[in-house]
Amino acid sequence: MNLKNEFTKGIVRENPLFRLLLGMCPALAVTTSVNNGLGMGVAVTGVLLASNIVVSSMRKIIPPGVRIPAFIVIIATFVTITDMLMHAFTPALYTSLGIFIPLIVVNCIILGRAESFASRNTLLPSVIDALGMGIGFTLALVVVSAVREVLGAGTFFGLQLLPENIPALIMILPPGGFIALGCLLGLMNKFQKKTA
Amino acid sequence: MIPQKDLIVVTSAPHLHSPDNVPTAMRDVLIALTPALLAALYFFRLPALLVILVCVISAYAAEIVCLKIMKRESPTRESSAIITGLLLAFCLPPSLPLWMAVLGTLFAIVVAKHLFGGLGQNIFNPALIGRAFLLASFPVAMTNWTNPLDGLTTASPLGIMKEAGGEVLPPLGEIFLGSVSGSIGETSALALLLGGAYLLYRRQIDWRIPGTFLGTVFLLTAVIGGIKGEGLWYPVYHLCAGGLLLGAFFMATDWVTSPVTKLGRILFGIGCGLLVVLIRTKGGYPEGVAYSILLMNVVTPLLDRYTKARVFGRVKSHA
Repeated sequence: MNLKNEFTKGIVRENPLFRLLLGMCPALAVTTSVNNGLGMGVAVTGVLLASNIVVSSMRKIIPPGVRIPAFIVIIATFVTITDMLMHAFTPALYTSLGIFIPLIVVNCIILGRAESFASRNTLLPSVIDALGMGIGFTLALVVVSAVREVLGAGTFFGLQLLPENIPALIMILPPGGFIALGCLLGLMNKFQKKTA
Repeated sequence: MIPQKDLIVVTSAPHLHSPDNVPTAMRDVLIALTPALLAALYFFRLPALLVILVCVISAYAAEIVCLKIMKRESPTRESSAIITGLLLAFCLPPSLPLWMAVLGTLFAIVVAKHLFGGLGQNIFNPALIGRAFLLASFPVAMTNWTNPLDGLTTASPLGIMKEAGGEVLPPLGEIFLGSVSGSIGETSALALLLGGAYLLYRRQIDWRIPGTFLGTVFLLTAVIGGIKGEGLWYPVYHLCAGGLLLGAFFMATDWVTSPVTKLGRILFGIGCGLLVVLIRTKGGYPEGVAYSILLMNVVTPLLDRYTKARVFGRVKSHA
């Protein structure tokens, strides 16, 4: 097993958002600003890393018949910890992400990695896998939210880029999420077909 | 070797031939839009002309570029894009900044039409998507109406009706002729009726959609007017004000995005009418023609599926 390969696959080749189409719900809901996108990406990466570590080290003692409930309990534990940490240390981000922090529990990326990777591999590859997937997801969220924030609010990370009356408000409204994600997926497909 | 054109084409019945094709249909629509175009130029003058020109030219350019990039052939030699541009301009306010008009047109042609597969494949009416995009993006610029007579900024007739207070409603005669504030091509009920009558006469559109659409709005608003004690002017006013006639004759009847079955068309028109009255009387916007048609576009495939004609001679299976 090639560790470098396990790390890079999550970033481009098997990018959770652009290639596996997992985690669509936060990708559409919280990407209204780069700040939110980055915050969500980091939170998901943290939970993913912790849950992959625990699932991988407990994989021999979790009975296969109840593995999904067991994974969910592990994930929910770390989501609760993350939720409380964000409430305490980043109250502004906590308020703007709102319900989508507890919803990390049902994020398909985390359960997907637990089921398809951590429960079948040793500790080190699972850590590398979690980091790769987490960073890949974070990068994807930042790309989507950058497109939406620049076009919809005229700002990037809160910095004013475009004059006040230029931005098309629709891009930071829900339809803008679908339009931005759809167009980016289309571009990714075209780009990947050429290199493949 | 026999030249291709001398071969007899053998096909199964019916052996019908119609001189109508996509280019003649597009030409008829353009002719039908002419009265409304003249009325728009007469009432709104230069600003309207500029918006119309910008929309039509950018629609044409976007269509050509899209056809080239996506390697598609257009059976209409791009005239459908001109109509999309014209229809979009008709539902924009004359005071709209021109670059916004370009942006809306590009969105209509590139996203609503070509990303969905090009002419004949789009789910939604491209012109209405362009309008919805602009209304969601620039709500202030898109609801800045000017009165064509004195050039002053004023609420649209339906806006006045909704707010119920302050400004006085323009009289019905002005609404019918078109000398009121509103989108470029929607104010003159007379011109739109002429165009609609031409399309019906040429059989380019089926009476079922505009008939049931307008009929539903008339009946419902007559009932509402009756409850309010307003009398008969109220439903007539609802028919002539806003974008209802433009929508009913030129947008709801779009061949691509409306049902093909007769019953489907009747249901489509009734649905549009219900939604328009609902939005106008209960919704947050004073006008709801664009959204009601877009919403009914969504259910068009379902309407077609559930109103499919029974094949002649077949008996319903009793399973």
